[in-house]
Amino acid sequence: MKRFAQLFQSLDQTTKTNQKVAALQQYFSEAPDDDKLWTIALLSHRRPRRSVTISLVREWAAEMAGLPVWLFDESYHIVGDLAETIALVLPKPVKTSERSLTDWIEHVIALKDLEDEQKREGMLEAWRSLNHRERFVFNKLMTGGFRIGVSQKLMTRALGRATGIDENILAHRLMGDWSPQTTTFEELVLQERAADDLSKPYPFYLAYALDVSYEQLGPPADWQAERKWDGIRGQLIKRDGHLFLWSRGEELVTDRFPEFEVLTAFMSDGIVLDGEILPFKDGVPLTFQKLQTRIGRKKVTKRILQEAPLILMAYDLLEHEGEDLRDHPIRHRRRILEEVVQSVNQEVLRLSEIIPFDNWPVLEQERDRSRELFSEGIMLKRLDSTYQSGRKKGDWWKWKIDPLTIDAVMIYAQQGHGRRANLFTDYTFAVWDGDSLVPFAKAYSGLTDAEFREITTFVRRNTLERFGPVRSVQPNLVFEIAFEGIQASKRHKSGVALRFPRMHRWRKDKHPKEANTLHDLMEMLKMYG
Amino acid sequence: MALIEFQKGGLYVPEADVYIDPWRRVKKALITHGHSDHARWGHHRYVCADSSKAILQHRLGDINIRGVPFGESFLVNGVQFTFYPAGHIVGSAQIKVEYQDEIWVVSGDYKTEDDGISGAFEPVPCDVFITESTFGLPIYTWLDQSIIFDEINQWWATNRDAGVTSILTGYTLGKAQRLLSGLDTSIGPIYTHGAIENMTKVIRSSGVPLPDTIRITPETPKKDLVGAMVVAPPSATGSPWMKRFKTVSIATASGWMQLRGARRRRSVDRGFVLSDHADWHGLNQTIEATGASKIYATHGYTDVFRRWLESKGLEAGVVKTRFEGELAEINEGSEPEEEEQP
Ligand SMILES: [Zn+2]
Repeated sequence: MKRFAQLFQSLDQTTKTNQKVAALQQYFSEAPDDDKLWTIALLSHRRPRRSVTISLVREWAAEMAGLPVWLFDESYHIVGDLAETIALVLPKPVKTSERSLTDWIEHVIALKDLEDEQKREGMLEAWRSLNHRERFVFNKLMTGGFRIGVSQKLMTRALGRATGIDENILAHRLMGDWSPQTTTFEELVLQERAADDLSKPYPFYLAYALDVSYEQLGPPADWQAERKWDGIRGQLIKRDGHLFLWSRGEELVTDRFPEFEVLTAFMSDGIVLDGEILPFKDGVPLTFQKLQTRIGRKKVTKRILQEAPLILMAYDLLEHEGEDLRDHPIRHRRRILEEVVQSVNQEVLRLSEIIPFDNWPVLEQERDRSRELFSEGIMLKRLDSTYQSGRKKGDWWKWKIDPLTIDAVMIYAQQGHGRRANLFTDYTFAVWDGDSLVPFAKAYSGLTDAEFREITTFVRRNTLERFGPVRSVQPNLVFEIAFEGIQASKRHKSGVALRFPRMHRWRKDKHPKEANTLHDLMEMLKMYG
Repeated sequence: MALIEFQKGGLYVPEADVYIDPWRRVKKALITHGHSDHARWGHHRYVCADSSKAILQHRLGDINIRGVPFGESFLVNGVQFTFYPAGHIVGSAQIKVEYQDEIWVVSGDYKTEDDGISGAFEPVPCDVFITESTFGLPIYTWLDQSIIFDEINQWWATNRDAGVTSILTGYTLGKAQRLLSGLDTSIGPIYTHGAIENMTKVIRSSGVPLPDTIRITPETPKKDLVGAMVVAPPSATGSPWMKRFKTVSIATASGWMQLRGARRRRSVDRGFVLSDHADWHGLNQTIEATGASKIYATHGYTDVFRRWLESKGLEAGVVKTRFEGELAEINEGSEPEEEEQP
């Protein structure tokens, strides 16, 4: 456990990617195989199943610390992380432990089938033998994920460096439904497999936000325009009878999105498609929130598949009949793409439609329709452009719509989590309904740290009431709230739900009475809802 | 009439007509220690612990001031006052107020671990104890300072070997000298920011042993700073002053670094948990040792701390300060030099 706790600390102490990779690489070079395997599992969201309920963990921690539960909870509100809170309040350990990570995880797993009293003894035994850092890691095993700013991609890179195996091959080997209890490090990571090379993706070509006027782009006839969709960028690969789906973070997500499996039978080999993974139902895209219910979820139920079915909106073809097409102009790639999508003829694979336009103002009108089509704006691609790698300026542009905005008064504030644990960063906003304020949106991003600090000072000095971590404050501050869409909602007191609300600007120049009204919000609902 | 009243201007002893750490201008102010939220400018007369006098003069200039040795009592209108070491920074004091068989103690800021330069804290038996509670939550417990200094020196040595300048930030008064006293001078030279050098000189000349330091000036050769330790105030990070260093690793030392979230938010490379305030256990042990039956908490998580004391059967209250205690927590590291908090 000491080595893993040390790794955790090294990862936590730096924000620099290369230092994180170095720490992981060192760990993967030195740790015993079973510990390495568990580390890979933990960093790829394969935590052992919870063996003790959170409420019992909390209760026993408070008891061992000699604290009343309310005080433990107050502390938890301040810290924002249960595992950390427990590690901080427990009394000093009475002994040390040389047991390995794997040993402790097996200890945790074994608790599952025991009676509460034995579980309790098992927890206390761990807490008595582990130091502060080890306890934190142990508590994380008990209570939640290891979100430490290490993506699966980073972990895979470090593992690649430590083992000398190509990163992309490793990503493929680490995929799927395995657990350290069903495989070994040797079998999972080191052994060569027939399909190793097949999954290899191309680097994504990324577009810039349009920062010039359209006149400067030259004749419209040189350009291809499509809708810009709000999903996850994805690359779908079919080679040698196997299907692979990569997301933009270059993580292999094939097993997470089973609806694409059907394509294995309908796509020919040697095809790589670039497109947007979108939740899509009855001919229209669903909100990004629906997509979020799918990201990070390993087990996909029938209900989820019905509520948030995914498609790939294909907009480019990078490989065809095993040939790399990236040096061909998009006008050529597009032609073959259309043929491919048509011949596959499956609902999960759709073609991104081209918007015809022969002058820029016409396209601008199309852009203004984006909101009603659930799109974010327009994508512009120069017809002669090849598929480059990374972000290169000039050939691909995203031309997004402006967000909707409304001026609102802050009425509640709550402390942030993680990096902003000591600041009030999560706010509830209200608009006027006569003399009363009706809450309609929560937002927690869009301001600088300096602004958050200033507002935190305000919150502490203008608190009206405290409700656990939430404080109601004097309704004095006005913010311009930007959002992407508005829908009627019965669940909300205001009758509306906003899409992606965030703080656009702090309107220090505005008196609270100048904020917008519920009536204004209803007008927006009529226009855009 | 209470022996000490909580007035708009600060803690007031009506029988003696004196204030303790007032934030409005008054005729006579007893000062617990030199931090700017306790020792403010503009009072007619100042009384402080002997070892605090030079610090106050350095900070406030030409003032009417009297220093009193620790443990020596003096009378004002029949009220007896005594300073006791608070262990917070050099010269920091608790103030005992006695009148007609009643004893109140104002703790000021304090820490219970002896840092070797600030004087060893001792609990003072009393009836009413006005205690700070900056870190009055059970999540704030400190490790022995020797462990933290080992971490700091190890970090410095690693940086030195990599040709990196170590920049360690802490308040000009108090934290900076404590850091200096714990650094291992065999690793390399210690440089200081001008504000810290000036304050350190004052403290050194009052007899506190501190290692040699070199003031950084525009003439300091850049190559001399490679691998060296630089002690700077938090406000220096991110300022143009930092431009003179090539590759740096920046660390800050503070009790707030206890929380992972706070460490990450601070945008420094390392956060060392080293505080000049009492931790949870220090606060509780001290309160018990005073034997006080009534406790007032000030600074920090006062509401929670009061509820905790009440749950243990003590009578407890909260003293609001104009500088809301929690402000220190937010502003720490970004406030202007003069607004430095505990
Ligand atoms: Zn102080």
